[in-house]
Parts: sequence; structure tokens; C-alpha cells
Amino acid sequence: MQMPADAVPVLELDGLVRTFTTGGGLLRKGRSMTAVSDVSLRVAAGDIVGVVGESGCGKSTLARLAMRLIDPSAGRVLFEGRDVTQDHGPRLRPLRKKLQMVFQDPYSSLDPRFTLRDCLLEPFAALGETAPPGRVEALLDQVGLDRSFAGAYPHQLSGGQRQRVGIARALAYRPEVVVLDEPTASLDVSIQAQIIALLQELHRTSGLTYLFISHDLGLVRYFCTRIVVMYLGSVVEEMADPDAVPRHPYTAALMGSSFVPDPTERAQIVPLEGEIPSPFALPPGCPFAPRCARVQDRCRASRPALTQTTGASKVACFNPVEA
Amino acid sequence: MSGTVHKTGILATIRRSVAWRALATIKGGVAGGFLLLVVLGAIFAPVLTPYDYDIQALTNAFQPPSLAHPMGTDEFGRDVLTRILYGARTSLSVSVVAISISLVFGMTLGAAAGYFGGRFDRMVMVVVDLTWSFPEILVALMLVAIIGPGVTGTLVAICVAYLAQFTRLTRSQVMALKTETYVEAARGLGASHAFILFRHLLPNCLGPVLVAGMLATGDAIILEATLGFFGLGAQPPTPSWGGMMSSGSGLLFKGPWIILFPGLCIALTVVAINLFGDVLLAKLDIRDRLRVV
Amino acid sequence: MLLDVRDLSLRIGTVGLLDGLSFSVDRGEVLGLVGESGSGKSLTALALTGLAARMGATITAGSVVFDGTDLVGLKESAYRRLRGKRIGFITQNPMSALDALVTIGDQVDQVSRLHLGLSKRAARAHTVEILSRLRIPEAEVVARAYPHNLSGGMKQRVVIAMALAADPDLIIADEPTTALDVTVQAQIVMMLADLVRKRDLGLILITHDMSVVAQICDKVCVLYAGRVAESGPVRQIFAAPRHPYTEALIGCIPRDGMAPGSLRGIPGTVAAVSQYGADCCRFAPRCGRADARCRTQQPLPVVTGTGGMLACHHPVDSPVKEAADADAR
Repeated sequence: MQMPADAVPVLELDGLVRTFTTGGGLLRKGRSMTAVSDVSLRVAAGDIVGVVGESGCGKSTLARLAMRLIDPSAGRVLFEGRDVTQDHGPRLRPLRKKLQMVFQDPYSSLDPRFTLRDCLLEPFAALGETAPPGRVEALLDQVGLDRSFAGAYPHQLSGGQRQRVGIARALAYRPEVVVLDEPTASLDVSIQAQIIALLQELHRTSGLTYLFISHDLGLVRYFCTRIVVMYLGSVVEEMADPDAVPRHPYTAALMGSSFVPDPTERAQIVPLEGEIPSPFALPPGCPFAPRCARVQDRCRASRPALTQTTGASKVACFNPVEA
Repeated sequence: MSGTVHKTGILATIRRSVAWRALATIKGGVAGGFLLLVVLGAIFAPVLTPYDYDIQALTNAFQPPSLAHPMGTDEFGRDVLTRILYGARTSLSVSVVAISISLVFGMTLGAAAGYFGGRFDRMVMVVVDLTWSFPEILVALMLVAIIGPGVTGTLVAICVAYLAQFTRLTRSQVMALKTETYVEAARGLGASHAFILFRHLLPNCLGPVLVAGMLATGDAIILEATLGFFGLGAQPPTPSWGGMMSSGSGLLFKGPWIILFPGLCIALTVVAINLFGDVLLAKLDIRDRLRVV
Repeated sequence: MLLDVRDLSLRIGTVGLLDGLSFSVDRGEVLGLVGESGSGKSLTALALTGLAARMGATITAGSVVFDGTDLVGLKESAYRRLRGKRIGFITQNPMSALDALVTIGDQVDQVSRLHLGLSKRAARAHTVEILSRLRIPEAEVVARAYPHNLSGGMKQRVVIAMALAADPDLIIADEPTTALDVTVQAQIVMMLADLVRKRDLGLILITHDMSVVAQICDKVCVLYAGRVAESGPVRQIFAAPRHPYTEALIGCIPRDGMAPGSLRGIPGTVAAVSQYGADCCRFAPRCGRADARCRTQQPLPVVTGTGGMLACHHPVDSPVKEAADADAR
């Protein structure tokens, strides 16, 4: 989805950096790692932006930064053009009604002592407000759960049903943007497809905007309107068209590692060699250089910047794959 | 509508608690039944016995157990059973009240320390660990020495002696629970610290902490009796189990029943509390495991 | 046949959890055992390794013939000599499969010392050889490391090394890549396929993901609620799935060029064990082709032309009568 150059994006991340320090003590200085390093992202209303990468690439940290659940070390978060980076506690409450999140693990994201009704009323109770009558039933209808579930406890539900509750809870205030942090990663593929279909339906009927975090490039290409590929805390490629041919060797490798449900296409799998380097000891140049098949000398010396390729697509690579 | 969220508060948690299911087992039923009997005996003491606990009748002294005095009479001719029933009021209420107060303070302190962490947590833990490094009886003796003997002194002593235990337990529970995604989700909904503490964290750590409180009550009864035995507890003529044992200790050969029955009472009550606590704990574990699956 | 399972039925208490399962795997062959959570695939793995009895399960019918011997009714002591030595087992979660306090080398050594009677020195040499064959760099250094020093993918390789240490004939892998990243999953799956070819092993791969099946399996057996829905050679099953459940499972995976909204998933969930019906097709409540017959009569598995099995009253390639269609609604 293209937006006019002057349109204000509903959610904008501007040069976000987040470092974590671990292992520090009284006498020892802790080691620090950069989970997210200089990530900028503009999410236009109605977009489904997919952030894809492997574990440790910083995509979940990015989701929490965007949600203002953790503070950035540098950079800004803007919602509808307003800088919300300095807001905390009660000042964030107006934002909470418009920006919501669905979490990965449907087993631990619901309090075991809350009934589904309690879970769905929690967004209102948390802000000290009263839910409009019939809201719980309306939310259950919206996510395709039977109204009789209202009195049930999470442990009486399957993983897919719990994730529907997680989605319903995020929709309680009719938000504008929903951050989806791997909402299907702990579900069976059959249930994943159900949940994705539900999210698509809600996107169509409620005009939602999604920031979709996932490790599954195939799923992101199917579901999203725009794709951001992250590797070790940095954006390596932005694809304005989800069906485009990947330009960054890492994106290409991710695609080459995805299995296709067709036994006749086996030969195409090219597994990526090696492991993700430790985020505590990043190589000086391109973070992907040690595993890259197209690596050149300058990749190890300096870091390629994110530069425009075709249309609104960008890639951070000295030697990108030919389109 | 939003009122229904309150139902998941502390009261509903107790109602849904495992106490009822624990009573249904043989061990839990016997232990719980005995405790219920002791409590009812203490409450209805004036109805249950025709005697007074403080009227002396020296002509009636040192009566061995008989139909009129099932547990005999003491050196002043007072009915031992009557004194045990009235003594239960002192011993049980002092222990239960002291542990309850200790629980409230310990949970608040522990929850705050575990939830907020940082410097506050370290400060609380230094104090808590200091009191924990002494045996409860020592801490209690020290406090009674400062405050002076009597019910108030005993109450404060027991309260402080067990504070460390509850603080530590609540803190560790809260620290484990606060990493759960539903806590993060609540923050994402704009919930305040108080909301997260009172709606999510405390209800979820209530079970284990209450069982610990239950088991500590058993210990507290012994502690109360010990202080009473030393003459530091409830002052005569108010009967207490420890005080009765103390006065009976010199009369072991003249009237063994005078020390035997209060001692038996203390032992059985503490065993019953521990057994019931065990059953509760077992039930709690199973439920928690089921929750994970 | 290396392993030939016929009509295997298993119950815990009064509940029948597995109902007449049949499948087989030969040397150099990969069998995919597929189904959603609750389909009984992990329980099947436990039954094959004789571990189901520990859960209070009893095998009520059928046979599990491994290399000519029926394992049903085998004594635990005999099973113990088989497990680890001739049948290797790879668990789903590599994080909990390794002892955090024992070095990688010692854990792998244990297997070959126990089952092959190797000396300490020989076992370590054997371990290092296996680790390097699984393309673990600097295997000798890794052998001295503790599990927490390794990444998830490396740990899963170590678990595979443990399964291989006693040179087994058959490996059962229960969702070996579920917890791993896509690129690591691709590495591990390709490595397993390679092992099967080079060492002439039999491999049973348990998974819920049809794309993994398509990638390395030769045969596939689709389970639903403790029964076989469909089985057969992988190419035929993917080219022309006949059971509606198989077709739906394949359709759950997004593919390039799929129109938005075309991914629907399978409505509902697998019935709880306590709600298993006997005289019906258990997939009927979720099936678009189900009619009255599916709800009152169990479709018995029949052998198909490709040597597989099919248990369905109305296979995908059969015409659905208008009446049946209306009835389904």
C-alpha cells in the first residue's frame, strides 16, 4: 500500500536504538548488547507491515519499543505524528486505547485466574473505566468464539481459542494499530491458518493497521503488504511489494530455507550455513558477512547503509542479488 | 460490568481454593476435623463446661480424671478440661492473629520488593535476612524482653519472628510471576502498578503463601506455648497451654494429668495443622501442574 | 521391513487413545507421522519405544514388529537393551533433553559406553567423530562445553548425536525442529535426510507441518484423533490427497502467489480424548464433505492402489451427492 509522501504515518519509529546490559555486578561491569540498532519504520493506516527475522534479531524488542513497553536508548516513537517517547504511566493511557498488542504465547498471556469475561474486561478495568454493556459478547462474536465461553477459564481452552481471546482483548477499545508478536508461532499450522484468516477478516472489516512480527517469511509474504527483514538488530531489507524477489542475500537465504508443501520442489532448498554470531561480539562490517555467500572485502570493513532500490524498497547490501 | 473483574480478587481466590478438596481426603479430613473441634471447643467453652477457669476450690485439688472432671483438676482444684478449652482461646487466637498480621506485612513488603526490585528490594532483603539468621525463639525472646511479658508482647514477638519467611516467599513468587506474559499484557493495556500487583500478582501467589502461613501457625502455637512456659506469655489467671504445662511441670508425680493433657493438646493441634498443610500443599502442586499442561 | 506396525491399539484406563494404527518403515526410508496436537502422534512414538506403559497405557491389540521381533509384550529389561541401542529417540525440546550439569561429551559418551561397551577414551573419540559428522565445528572443544554454552540448533545436533551414538537402525524424531529457527530447521532437516541415506537408517519423523514432510519424507501417514486418516507415498499424497483432512493440512501452509484470504485453516479443533466417538468418522465435525453416514459409521481403512491406506466415506476425488451436501449443512 503506497502512501502519499506528505501523509502522516499512523505509527512511526525513528532511529530506534535499544541496548541491554547483562551480567553486571557490584565489582564487574556488565556486557552490553545492542538488540535494536537504528531502526526506522513508517506504518501507514491500513498497512500490514511484517517484521521478519530469526530469534535474536531484535524483532520482539522492536515490538515492545513500538508499544512503549520498554524505553528506547535512543530514537523516537511517534503515534499519529505525536512524539510519545517521553510519555510514561498515566500519560500513555490515551495511546493504549489506540495501540494494542497480541502476544506470542497464548498460554502465559492470559492470567489463569481470570475467566474470559475478566480477560476481556481487563482493558477497561486497567484504565478504571466501565465497559459498555454487551461488549464482552460482541468481542467474542468478533473473534468467532461462542458466547458461552465467557465464564470459562483459559486452561479449559485450546491454544487457538486462547489466541482468539488475546486478539479479542486487544480489540476491546477498537484500536487503530495492533502489534502482533508472533501470534501463531506456538500453534499448529492448521490453527495458524485459522488465526491468520481471522486477522485478515478483522483487517478488512475493522480497518485495522498491523505490525506483524514473525520468523516465517512464507507467512509474512502471504499476509503482509510490506516486509521489513531484520538481522542482528538492523533492518537489512525493506520490501514494498511482498511478492518481489528478495535483493539482500539474507532474505534470499531465508526464502531458500523455507520448505514448500510440494515434494517436487525439494531441490530448491539451500540451507544457510553457520550460526548467527553472538550479539555481544558483532563483526565490524555487515553483520551478515560471516555467513554470506556473496561476501566481498568491503563487507567486512564497513557497514552498508539502507539504500533505495526500486520504488519504496530498500536494501542494505554492497552486493545485492540481481532483481 | 467492570465490577465482575473484582470477582477474581482475593476473596474469590479463597473460595476457589483447594481447602475444600483437601478436606475431602482422609488425612485432610481427620486433621481438619480435629482442628475444627478445637476451634469450636474454644468458642463454645462457656457452654460446654459447667466450671469456671479461675475459681479455686482447694478441697477439690489433684483429682485424677473422672466422669465429673474428664481431665482431672489442678493444684488449685480447677477443672483441667475447662482450662484447656479457655486456654485454646488464648493460644489459638494469639497464634492466628499474630501470623495473620505477619502475613499481611510480609506479603506487602515481599510483593513490593519483588515487583519493584532495585535499591528498595536490596534494603528490605538485608533486614529480612538479618532477622532470618536468628532462630525464631531468640528473636521472640528478645522482643518480649523489650516489650514486656503478656499477650501483646507475645503477639508482636511471633509477628516479627515470622515476617522474614513470608516476605521472602512472597518476593520469590512475585519475581517469578512478573515475567509472565499476562503481566506484560496488562502493562500494554495501561494497567497501573497497583492493578498489576493486586489483580494479577498477589492472587496468583496467594495459594503457596497461605499454606506457608498455615504451617507457620503450627510453629507459632509452639512458640506461644514456649513463651508461656517461661512465664512470658499470657499472665495468670488467664489460662494458656504453655502456662498450664509450666505449672504442671513441678507436679509431674503428684498429678501427671495436669501437664499431660495440655501437652497432648499442643502436640495434636500442631500435628493436625501440619498434616492439613501437607494435604493443601499436595493439592496445590497438582493443580499448578495441571495449569502448565 | 525394518519396522512394521499393524493394527496397533492402545488405551489408558477405559479410554482408547490409538485405534488400529498401521504403518511401516524400511531402511533408508523416511516416514512422516503427521497430525495436529491431540492426534496421538507423540503417544505413538512412546508406544513404539515401550515408554507408553509408564504412563499407564496398555496395548490392547496389534503388533509392532521390529527387525523380525514383535515388541508388544516385550519385557522392560529387553526394551531397555533396544532403546538407545537399536532405536534412537530425538525429543522435541533440545533445551530440556540435555542435563545442564554434565558436559556435552560426557552425555554423548554415556550412550556408547552403555550400549557399545566402549572404554572412556574410545567413547570420547567416537563422540567427537559423530559430532564432527553432524558438522559441529571444533567438536573436541564442544565436547568439553556445557549445554548452556550452545545455541538451540547446536543443542539439537547434540541430541541427534546422542540418538546416533549407539549406531541405531531406527530413529524416531518427535518434532525435532519445532523450537528452531527456519534456517536452522532447514540445516537439521537436510542433515537428517543425509544421515538416512548414508547410514541406511529408518527414520520416523513426527511433525504437524506438511512442508517438512514434503521436504524429506518418502512415505507419510496422516493421523487424526488416534486413527489413520490416510497414508501412502509422499508424492502421490501431495499430488492427489484423497482424505479431506490431508487436503486441508496441505492447504494450511501459505505459498507464494496465494491470493489473500485463500488460507482458511481447518475450522475447530481435534476433539478431546474424552469425546472420541467410536462409530463415526472423528473428523466429521470439521469436514465439509461429511454427511449422516460419517457421523454414524466409522470409515474403515482400506488399502489403496499405491499401497497406502484411506479411511474416508467420501474421498476428495469422489462426487459428493447433492443430498449429502445439503445434509452436511
